[in-house]
Amino acid sequence: MSLVWVLLVAVSVAFAAATGRMDALTAAAVESAGRGVTLALGLVGVMSLWLGLMRIAEEAGLVAMVGRAARPVLARLFRDVPADHPAHGAIVMNVAANVLGLGNAATPFGLKAMAALEELNPHKGTATDAQALFCALNSASVQIVPATVIALRASAGARQPADILGATLVASACATAVALLAARLLRRLYPVPPSPAPGTEAG
Amino acid sequence: MITAALETVSRWAVPLLLAGIPLYAIARGVKVYPAFLEGAKEGFQVAVRIIPALVAVLVALGMLRASGALDGIARLVGPAAEALGIPASALPMVLVRPLSGGAALGVVGDVLRAEGPDSHAGRLVSVMAGSTETTFYVLAVYMGSVGISRYRQALPAGLLADAAGFAASVLVVRALFG
Repeated sequence: MSLVWVLLVAVSVAFAAATGRMDALTAAAVESAGRGVTLALGLVGVMSLWLGLMRIAEEAGLVAMVGRAARPVLARLFRDVPADHPAHGAIVMNVAANVLGLGNAATPFGLKAMAALEELNPHKGTATDAQALFCALNSASVQIVPATVIALRASAGARQPADILGATLVASACATAVALLAARLLRRLYPVPPSPAPGTEAG
Repeated sequence: MITAALETVSRWAVPLLLAGIPLYAIARGVKVYPAFLEGAKEGFQVAVRIIPALVAVLVALGMLRASGALDGIARLVGPAAEALGIPASALPMVLVRPLSGGAALGVVGDVLRAEGPDSHAGRLVSVMAGSTETTFYVLAVYMGSVGISRYRQALPAGLLADAAGFAASVLVVRALFG
């Protein structure tokens, strides 16, 4: 990520210099930094709500139950995660929340899953294959009803605001399949122990 | 019909979970309220833990957008994108989607207003927005929450997924709506 980050910043400064937008650039940097904090703190409420509910579900055995139910699928995707690991339950709840379009529940469940997967991580600070796959899955959209887009279309006066549903589902399925495939196929390009081998820096 | 059913599921899911999980737990003899407080306590820590990564990524992306680099790139790749079936008005979506969810919805709003929701571009940006995610934000939050700075294959995989979503959107919208 270091290289990507430096590249983004350097390209921005170069472009701003060329187009004379230095003031706007500085303002954007400062304002964005503040927005990062506002955004994170804005999550505290929903995060607490869903993590509280998740703990109840854990103690009632519900999380382990959904984890077991989805084991046939998860065991194939996350081969390095032991069968009884608590990460399974959190992963299922995250995916379910994503599919239902419950974005604000998906994030706390997903972070719970990341924390559970981190227990299996021997190289702190570097993502495991399972974590990379899980993040790739979350950076592809798997929701069934794109509620926000449909609402925007409705307010713009579409004849049938939801007529894009089928097309969106097909496109989402393609994106998700590519995310899973790419995460699996590209892992060899990014060896785990931090080493100066070529091709490792872009991560 | 199917849409209405799916929307009902979405609308009922949260209330059902909020009531269902505690009810099931209390029937199983779980001390529900202390358990909730115990879990909720983590909410603040988790949110605070993602701040550094979120600031880093948002600053870089904010600078990128303010620098005008995206406009430059749009001019540069515009003709190629047009040849691939992405109209000029939909191009900002492709550039902005992995960087900012809010900006992507802004593009959807602009195109719907300028060309109408039932236009080709209107449908295309709608499908694009619905089938992809804000990759940089997701990675910053998820990886940042456990202190990971080397994302490895997650970043290329996430960006390739976005690219696949865009390509599929172009093909499917053309096939379904002509």
